[in-house]
Amino acid sequence: MCLALPARVVELTGPDTARIDLSGVRKEISIALVDGVAVGDYVIVHVGYALTRLDPAEAERTLALFASAGLAPQAGV
Amino acid sequence: MKYVDEFRDGATARTLAAAIAREAEEGRRYHLMEFCGGHTHAISRYGLTDLLPAGIEMVHGPGCPVCVLPIGRIDGAIGLARDREAILCTYADTMRVPASGGTSLMKAKAAGADVRMVYSCADALRIARENPGREVVFFAIGFETTTPPTALAIREAQREGLANFSVFCNHVLTPAAIAHILESPEVRELGIVRLDGFVGPAHVSTVIGSQPYEYFAEEYRKPVVIAGFEPLDVMQAILMLVRQVNEGRAEVENEFTRAVTREGNAKAKALVAEVFELRRSFEWRGLGEVPYSALTIRAEYAGFDAERRFGVRYVPVPDHKACECGAILRGVKKPADCRVFGTACTPENPLGSCMVSSEGACAAHYTYGRFRDAFAREAARA
Repeated sequence: MCLALPARVVELTGPDTARIDLSGVRKEISIALVDGVAVGDYVIVHVGYALTRLDPAEAERTLALFASAGLAPQAGV
Repeated sequence: MKYVDEFRDGATARTLAAAIAREAEEGRRYHLMEFCGGHTHAISRYGLTDLLPAGIEMVHGPGCPVCVLPIGRIDGAIGLARDREAILCTYADTMRVPASGGTSLMKAKAAGADVRMVYSCADALRIARENPGREVVFFAIGFETTTPPTALAIREAQREGLANFSVFCNHVLTPAAIAHILESPEVRELGIVRLDGFVGPAHVSTVIGSQPYEYFAEEYRKPVVIAGFEPLDVMQAILMLVRQVNEGRAEVENEFTRAVTREGNAKAKALVAEVFELRRSFEWRGLGEVPYSALTIRAEYAGFDAERRFGVRYVPVPDHKACECGAILRGVKKPADCRVFGTACTPENPLGSCMVSSEGACAAHYTYGRFRDAFAREAARA
């Protein structure tokens, strides 16, 4: 029910609407809940509404965090 | 898919599993509740339980809006479509939830009621515009993720003067449910449910932020790690919880920083506060009546409140006698503890709501985990 997916904004279609691309699937959604959405942004889409913008730098930091779990001193278990 | 596939990498999952196994202390048990059905689903679907050391037990929480919706609320929705002849627009999730007298929204639709599945409440607004001669009711369910879209729809209907549109509001609140669990006799007095920490909501937290959970960390001394719904997010959150428990810390940590801030979405929160107010009490399946745990439409928007417009009266209905959904939603029992699990109750023919939604603990275990139990039983016999 609370599932949502990150999707790339490909076009702003109105003051509060945008077209998104999700692996080739394009759909018009509402961006009324998020200010300042621009083409190229990734937004988290839920029931046809962007809930928030995805922060690419934070996503990279989290992926680096996963990788560092294997680099602990006792690694090699 | 970018920002999805990287968070499902199997090799990284094993690296994280090795780190968890290394850091989990020998002989210590970690009881971690994943509040959300989205996490329950990820844990089952990706077999995360098999990657975790024996000392870590995941306890399923009540964070599945379809599962916690009591029968009386589904009955109310069916009544609007069948007796008031409204067009009832609903998310598909509620269609197969068993209601009173062996019925459901799906069966009511088959019998002629005008029930329509929609992807978004914006679709319900469109249906109202296209059918000016009919009453159109949106059956609004869900936690803080679906609430801001419903608020927008109500405000839009008011702007347009869409007089035939209304909302049957069943929106519920995550922090109230967590507080209720922490205050429950099973956790506090009886000690039947041990909880050492919470995997906190993903998308709910994009809206409400991480701040509301600080109370649980401070007052109840329970660590909370907010996590995304992808399997690596869950593994990382478990690792962070193990570290907090080991170090005796009880803090709110955020694994889902790519989408969640401490404040959340201020615009969405303001909108929700403008359209909704707290309901004095709301019945949850499994938790019973929980004070101030749900929302109702403010007087300023009363014209769009289906409960007021149609005089919907809530009549509580007990669950099916054999169904253990209530205990499962409180973390007291596991799906396999239920006598009718996988026999009389299956996803094709559910007796209880936890078997309906794919995020329900029973449906997730049935779809991805039931053979593991069978193998374990065989191994025990051999």
